[in-house]
Amino acid sequence: MTGQEIVFTLLGVVAVGSAVLVVTTRQLVHAALWLVVSLGALAGGYLVLTAEFVAWVQVLIYVGAVVVLLLFGIMLTRAPIGRAADLDSGNRWAALAVALATAGVLVSVVVIGFRDASMPLRAGGGSADALGAAVFRTWVLPFEVLSVLLLAALVGAIVLSRSDVGGPKEKEPTKKRGER
Amino acid sequence: MIALISVVILLPFVAAFAGMLLGPRLSETLRARPPRDKAAPHAEAQAEAPAEGRRARWQAAATAERSPLRNGPALIACLPVAVAAVLSAVAAFAVWRTPGTRTGTLTLVETGTVPIEIGLRLDGLPAVVGLMVCLVALAVQVYSVAYMAEDPRYSSYAAFISLFTSAMLLVVYAGDLLLLYVGWEVMGVCSYFLIGHHWEDRANSRAAVKAFLVTRLGDVGFLFGVFVLGVGARSFDIGEIWARAGTLPHATVTAAALLLLAGVAGKSAQFPLHTWLPDAMAGPTPISALIHAATMVAAGVYVVARVYGVFLAAPAALALLGLVAVVSMLGSALAALAQDDIKRVLAYSTISQLAVMAAGLAVGAWNGAIFHLLAHGAFKALLFLAAGCVIVTAGSTMLRHYGGLRTGMPITFWSMTIGLAALVGVPPVSGWFSKDSVIEAAQHAAAHGGDIAAGGVHIPAGVAWTVYAGLLLTAAVTAAYAMRLWLMTFFGEPRGRYEVREAPKLMSWTVAALAVPSAVVGFFGLGAAELRPHLGSAVVALLCAAVGAGAAFSIWNRDPAADPARALGPAREVFARAFYVDELYAAAVVRPVQAVARQVVAVDRRGIDTAVVGAARGARRLAEPLRRPQNGNPQTYLTGLIAGIVLIAAGAVIFL
Amino acid sequence: MHVAYPAVVAALLFSVGVYGVLARRNAILVLMSVELMLNAVNLNLVAFDVWWRDRLHGGQVLTLFTIVIAAAEVGLGLAIVLLVYRNRRMIDVDRLRTLSEDAAPAPEVGDGDAGGVRAAAAVRAGGKGAAT
Repeated sequence: MTGQEIVFTLLGVVAVGSAVLVVTTRQLVHAALWLVVSLGALAGGYLVLTAEFVAWVQVLIYVGAVVVLLLFGIMLTRAPIGRAADLDSGNRWAALAVALATAGVLVSVVVIGFRDASMPLRAGGGSADALGAAVFRTWVLPFEVLSVLLLAALVGAIVLSRSDVGGPKEKEPTKKRGER
Repeated sequence: MIALISVVILLPFVAAFAGMLLGPRLSETLRARPPRDKAAPHAEAQAEAPAEGRRARWQAAATAERSPLRNGPALIACLPVAVAAVLSAVAAFAVWRTPGTRTGTLTLVETGTVPIEIGLRLDGLPAVVGLMVCLVALAVQVYSVAYMAEDPRYSSYAAFISLFTSAMLLVVYAGDLLLLYVGWEVMGVCSYFLIGHHWEDRANSRAAVKAFLVTRLGDVGFLFGVFVLGVGARSFDIGEIWARAGTLPHATVTAAALLLLAGVAGKSAQFPLHTWLPDAMAGPTPISALIHAATMVAAGVYVVARVYGVFLAAPAALALLGLVAVVSMLGSALAALAQDDIKRVLAYSTISQLAVMAAGLAVGAWNGAIFHLLAHGAFKALLFLAAGCVIVTAGSTMLRHYGGLRTGMPITFWSMTIGLAALVGVPPVSGWFSKDSVIEAAQHAAAHGGDIAAGGVHIPAGVAWTVYAGLLLTAAVTAAYAMRLWLMTFFGEPRGRYEVREAPKLMSWTVAALAVPSAVVGFFGLGAAELRPHLGSAVVALLCAAVGAGAAFSIWNRDPAADPARALGPAREVFARAFYVDELYAAAVVRPVQAVARQVVAVDRRGIDTAVVGAARGARRLAEPLRRPQNGNPQTYLTGLIAGIVLIAAGAVIFL
Repeated sequence: MHVAYPAVVAALLFSVGVYGVLARRNAILVLMSVELMLNAVNLNLVAFDVWWRDRLHGGQVLTLFTIVIAAAEVGLGLAIVLLVYRNRRMIDVDRLRTLSEDAAPAPEVGDGDAGGVRAAAAVRAGGKGAAT
């Protein structure tokens, strides 16, 4: 076991562990915060894999933007702060079984399949320089298409969340539970 | 020549579709003229119109008459038929100048066994009958322009007449039995549509269905007769069949002739399939004139004449034809005696006269029968169209509402007088010549113990005597009912509330034009030996007719206001109901069939439908447990989905 | 470095995400779990890109794209969640059951009104669930 492998394993344990906490914690806000830890650990994993640019983007967008967005969502839906008993549905045990089966199949396949494959890690493979060249030389068309997609998503999100644009009229709530 | 008669057939065919599709549009185009054009005839018409008491229908007819050239459907209907009439006259003239048979094969259909030749055949018989059809169709089309002026569906009516004309010409000129059958069936369906023209009235559509079904019953026999003949003679060509009829096995020929006879009885309204024709009078009067008097019903007789060789080879069929003819002619003449409705009188008279033609064919008077067919086509069309004039004027079809029409409508009166004289057989109008040749042939056959005039064929002597006696009796009864019709319509005091005036010119002139051939067509028969009047038979027939007419007149003369049919006493009801044949059919066929149909419906509803509905309910009940997981919770669905994917992936990893 | 390490971590992260999607009832938590699954894929992409020494850097570029798409997805998803919240005053995915049939056997002919009745029934059921 090399040093890189040790570091990666530690980061992986942190990522998976905090991910498990994300899906099991009883507090919504904690779930979001554990998500930060998990994604951050993954960014560390990218660094170990020499994909430094991806790592920074991960930190910027995921940790910086997506999680903040999720926290806003939690806030706007007036989710309860503190422990909530009903964050899991009745489907939990079936979900656990399916997830364990998925993990079993995937891990066994991956371990059997890549038993003796190893990769040489060389610095600079994922620098901003190299990636920028790749994006703006080879992948420039998908990049532009993606910008259009982002615009569409932006417009869609605005249309969906504004009650005065199209959309169904606000109904009288059948039962209020926001004050809890 | 073949190309010429192809054009004759195709012209009305094209006119039918053109009239249906373009007719109303053409009227629009023609109407879009400067109003100055229109003003003059309008003022003139107003001037000649009486101040008061004009019936709406008459007015509409007169309006149509005023502008026949503006009427798109009428133009499209009349002009092609007129051209076809001219062309068929040219064809008839050519055949007259150089007699002989002209055939032309348009295409040959290889069927693997008996080839079907789609071809036309022109000789003397088709030439004259085709000319007659074209002329009557032209007269009826012109007459209809005024008669149907107020009808909202005039364009489809005219188009169906054109289609019918085309089909009838196809029957007449066809050189092949299957092609003939095509025309035969198209005629039938046109007849159905036209009888039911005023389908808003339930009775009319019932009459149309009845006519359709009864003729179809005969047509099944006809079609199989065609098959038997075609397979037996190895050809459907009429000339070939005629030539080989003598060499075929006797059983085949007899079977074919009897099957053909079924179709003939259906189309020509002979006993026992005659019941549709009186009901078919529900159609407009010009239709009765064209289809149900002059042409289509004559097609049955025409077909017998066309394949007469087959019947000559099967004397049994000839004898049966004679007996059927006697029953039809006498029975329907008696029925005509007691009818109240002028069109029904003429309808029964048509059955009777068609039976005279059939009787003529049965006793070998081929020329005489065809001669009578032509004369009958002319005078019966005349009678129906004149009856239409009377109906338009009097506003009723009932004889008891007429009376005293002689003075007000002289053209109709004289034309109808000629037509009735021809029907009775008064010399020297056409009916006398033609009927006399038939009676003479029957007399010849009876006197010679059943040896009929045409080529050494023998029918039972009793049949020949029956035919002869039936013809004479029919002559008497015919004279009686014709006299009754004439007297009740035109003489005595008016019995209805109407103003007696001549029908619109377009109608009355057409009737007058038809009176000419009705009167003079008989003289053409002087050219052939067997068509010349014979003194003996003519005197006997005239005596019979005089007895019938005299009896009718003397009864009427006692009380001109009453119906002469009252003298029939208790038999009147029987005659008026046509010997209860309809009731008999209703009891023997219609009601059992309806009962069976009700049973079938019940079985369908209780047995089959229940099984189907039960299967559906069972499936629903079985599916009930399967609906449970469909609870609308997407997480459950997704769980199942991913579990399935994992299972498949695991299976793929383990087993592959 | 052994390829199996990132692969195993990715597999485990993915399974955790699956569990979250299937077991969580709050729609925002479901969205977070979806993010976890996306990140597992990203990790795989980066690892194999490094392993194959791709000169075009397809894996890493695709990772960038995925991150962008994930951001768009979260934005849209949150908008939908907010809309649902505004209409229903709750965002529990297992109570949004308008898709389901009625429990009673469906009538022979369904007309337009029946759908509305059914939706109302579903809303009522959801309210009842929240009360328990």
